[in-house]
Amino acid sequence: MTNEHEGQQKRSLSWLEFLIERAIQVSGISAIVLVILIFLFLIKEGTPTFLEIPLSGLFATRWYPIEEYYGLLPLIMGSLIVTIGAAVVSLPLGLATAIFIAEIAPAWVRDILKPFIEVLAGIPSVVIGFIGMLVFAPLIRVALNIPTGLTAFTGVLLLAWMALPTVVSVAEDVLDTVPKTYRDAGLALGMTRWQVIWRIVLPAGRSGILMALMLGVGRAIGETMTVMMVTGNAARVPVGLRDFFMPVRTMTATIAAEMGEVAHGSPHYHVLFTVGLTLFVITFAVNMAAASVVFRQVKRAERMLS
Amino acid sequence: MRNKDTRLTIRVLALLLLGLAFAGCRPQTGQSTTGGVSATIQNKGSDTIVNLALAWAERYQTLEPDVRIAVTGGGSGTGIAALINGTVDLANASRHIKDEEIQAARANGFEPVEYVIARDAIAIVIHPDNPVDELTLQQISDIYSGKITNWQQVGGEDRPIVLLSRETNSGTHVYFLEEVIRLGQKDNKTLFSQDTLLLPSSEGIGVEVRQNPNAIGYDGLGYVTPDMKTVAVSVGPGQPYYPPTVETVNAGEYPIARDLYIYTAGEPQGQIKTYLEWILSPAAQQIVLELGFVPIATVSTD
Repeated sequence: MTNEHEGQQKRSLSWLEFLIERAIQVSGISAIVLVILIFLFLIKEGTPTFLEIPLSGLFATRWYPIEEYYGLLPLIMGSLIVTIGAAVVSLPLGLATAIFIAEIAPAWVRDILKPFIEVLAGIPSVVIGFIGMLVFAPLIRVALNIPTGLTAFTGVLLLAWMALPTVVSVAEDVLDTVPKTYRDAGLALGMTRWQVIWRIVLPAGRSGILMALMLGVGRAIGETMTVMMVTGNAARVPVGLRDFFMPVRTMTATIAAEMGEVAHGSPHYHVLFTVGLTLFVITFAVNMAAASVVFRQVKRAERMLS
Repeated sequence: MRNKDTRLTIRVLALLLLGLAFAGCRPQTGQSTTGGVSATIQNKGSDTIVNLALAWAERYQTLEPDVRIAVTGGGSGTGIAALINGTVDLANASRHIKDEEIQAARANGFEPVEYVIARDAIAIVIHPDNPVDELTLQQISDIYSGKITNWQQVGGEDRPIVLLSRETNSGTHVYFLEEVIRLGQKDNKTLFSQDTLLLPSSEGIGVEVRQNPNAIGYDGLGYVTPDMKTVAVSVGPGQPYYPPTVETVNAGEYPIARDLYIYTAGEPQGQIKTYLEWILSPAAQQIVLELGFVPIATVSTD
């Protein structure tokens, strides 16, 4: 190879490298730009609401848009109760499954369980909704002796079921990344296996587990089809524990059910975007909270190690 | 080595380009409304009418193989919105077009034209084990507005009443609100009870009514299956109760009956016009009867 040839290759290589770097940069930025554009779009379509409808109207308890009742409280409360319920159910179950797969199960059991959980994640939400409507709802109605099986509780169970694969696989990956030396150190000190899991592995993976929960919550709050099919969609404000076993209407189901019919630019249209904006803000806040906790913990861990 | 890579890149790029080229060749759908060799008619709207529209489309395509008719549901409001936006040729609706929808259509440069294509009775459906056989319009209104909350109050068992309704984009929902809950009174501002379950489909109502003895629902007569029970309805106490059937609707006896509509964007032309004329013919109206709706043209009922 001549010197000249080598130089040429170097130049073309650096040119290629420049191109690749730029491409990566653009795709990295595009994610941020997209989020900002979505946010701006929601603000543009959603803010006219505040001029068209007084705040007292928006914070009312009645949602019946075809007669111009635009109270958002039942929708917001409905989404919150279903999402929090799903998080409460799926976290312990998901974490226990992840611990079993990562720490306890022998390799061959793990090899069987993991793909199955991934298959679970692939079941379309409409199928889960269908099963919920035909199987779960009647069972729940009879078992709990309540007027109807189409309740917030039914939605919670199905959403927990759908969030489970996310929580399990992320938590399991997190537990996997805890260095083996941590466990060895614990065992060398005479700790039992349970003590190692509870006192060492879980605290070490705490921030990742929180992330798993947040991803699960994100899946639950944005889920539409299943919720629309099994929660009954009655726009009533849930206040007590009893309302957990009554129908609710979520923000996502409302948008899905009503977006197709509204006249473009009408107050109803703008309110639906306000609902979307609210949903966006809530998810954003949840993610920010999670990120800040994770970030703080990383800093603390760094301090301890140094 | 590098040479090989380049060749691979070129090959991938060529494939991509080829793909793009073919993507451009996809057949055009939707707009071909003139009487050419092959026309596609887009038909969307009321879920009440969707089965009827499908049956018509199937039969018509055996008569006129050159015409393709694509039928989708979604609700009356959805269909009319699509007509206004110019994505469909025919909008099925189980309610009248609203004033603001006419305004929106005019803003888009056309006047919607209305055709009455069939009549429909709205049946009140309950679980087969529910002993209640008949209700007055006032009782149904009180049940749905939340004044009556237990089946005992209308002569049934001691059970809570679970109210089922279609979503607000359904023409049946709007009709039920205006003609049953508000009893057809213009100044009546009664609303659905907040406990009313709004289900996204007729099937959702069917599933719940079939398995829940507490439930009461309403739906077009064409969607009532033998495993649900229909309630006989009277206009007031002391008046005769009529079950929802083709005969009672035709005789004007069953009180909750309405017209079903198709809307077109301006006066229909070409294939769409021919199709609409066929829909109003006795042959097509016979299908109306077969599906449990009430025909508008005179069709032999035996």
